[in-house]
Amino acid sequence: MKTLLTTVLMLLMTSQLFAQDQDSALVKTLYSSERIYVVVVCVALILFGLLFFLFSIDKRLKKIEKKSSDKN
Amino acid sequence: MYKSWWKILGAVLVTYSTIFGFLAPVPALPILHQSIRNLYFHVPMWFSMIVLFSVSVFHSIKYLSKSDEKSDIKAVQSVNAGIIFGILGLVTGAIWARFTWGQAWSFDVKQNFAAIAMLLYFAYLVLRNAIDEEQKRAKISAIYNIFAFPMMVVLLFVLPRLSDSLHPGNGGNPGFNSYDLDSRMRMIFYPACLGWILIGYWIYTLLFRVSSLEKKS
Repeated sequence: MKTLLTTVLMLLMTSQLFAQDQDSALVKTLYSSERIYVVVVCVALILFGLLFFLFSIDKRLKKIEKKSSDKN
Repeated sequence: MYKSWWKILGAVLVTYSTIFGFLAPVPALPILHQSIRNLYFHVPMWFSMIVLFSVSVFHSIKYLSKSDEKSDIKAVQSVNAGIIFGILGLVTGAIWARFTWGQAWSFDVKQNFAAIAMLLYFAYLVLRNAIDEEQKRAKISAIYNIFAFPMMVVLLFVLPRLSDSLHPGNGGNPGFNSYDLDSRMRMIFYPACLGWILIGYWIYTLLFRVSSLEKKS
C-alpha cells in the first residue's frame, strides 16, 4: 500500500511537464519533413513486430526439435 | 538451417532497406514520382520467389536421384514459401500499376505471364494433393517441378521481352538500371534484395522444420 501511494505521488510530479509548450526534439523531427518520419516509424514498428515473431517461432521450434531428438 | 547469423543479417538488411527506402533521395521521374521507391519492395519479392523455386527444383532433382523423403519435404515447402512471395509480387505490382499505368490489371504481357507462372505452381500443389501414396506423390510432383521451373523462367524473363509491354525492362522500355545510374538507388536496392531473399529462405526453413516435426509425430 505504501509503495502504491509513493508511486502515485511520484507520478503526479510529472504533471509539471504538461506546462511545457515547447515540443521535444523527437516530436519536432516527427512533425517535420512532411511527416514522412511518421510513416517510417509505423512501418519500422510493423517490421520489427513481424521479425520478432519470426525469431520467436524459430526459438520455439528449436526447443521442440531438441525435445524430439532427445526422446529418440 | 539452424544457425542464426544469416537470419539476423536478413533482418538487418530488410530493416535498413525499408527505413532508407522511405528516407533516401530518389531520382525525380514523371508519372512514377515517389512510387519509384516501390522498387525496394516489389522487385525483391520476385527475386525471393525465384530463389525459393530454384531451391525447390534442386531438391526435386535430388529426390529423384536419392529418394530421400527429406528432399521431398524441402521441395514442397520451398514452393509454399515461393508462392507467398509470388503472390505478394503480383499484388504489389498491381497496386503500383493502378497508380502509374492507370489500371491494376492492364493485361500487360508481364502481368499475364507472371500470373500464369503462379498458376503453374498452384498446379504443383494441386497435383500433390491428388496423389495419396507418399512415394508416388513425391516422384510425380518432382518430375512436374522440373518442367515447371524452366517454364516459369521463360514466362517471366523471355516472353515479355519479345512483345509490347509497359513493364520496365520489357517491350522496349529501359530497365530500371537506367533510373539509378547514380547508384543511389542501388545502395538500397541490392541490400533489399539480399535481405528479402534471406528472409524468404528463413520462412522456407521454418516451414520445413514444422513439416518435419509433424511427420515425425
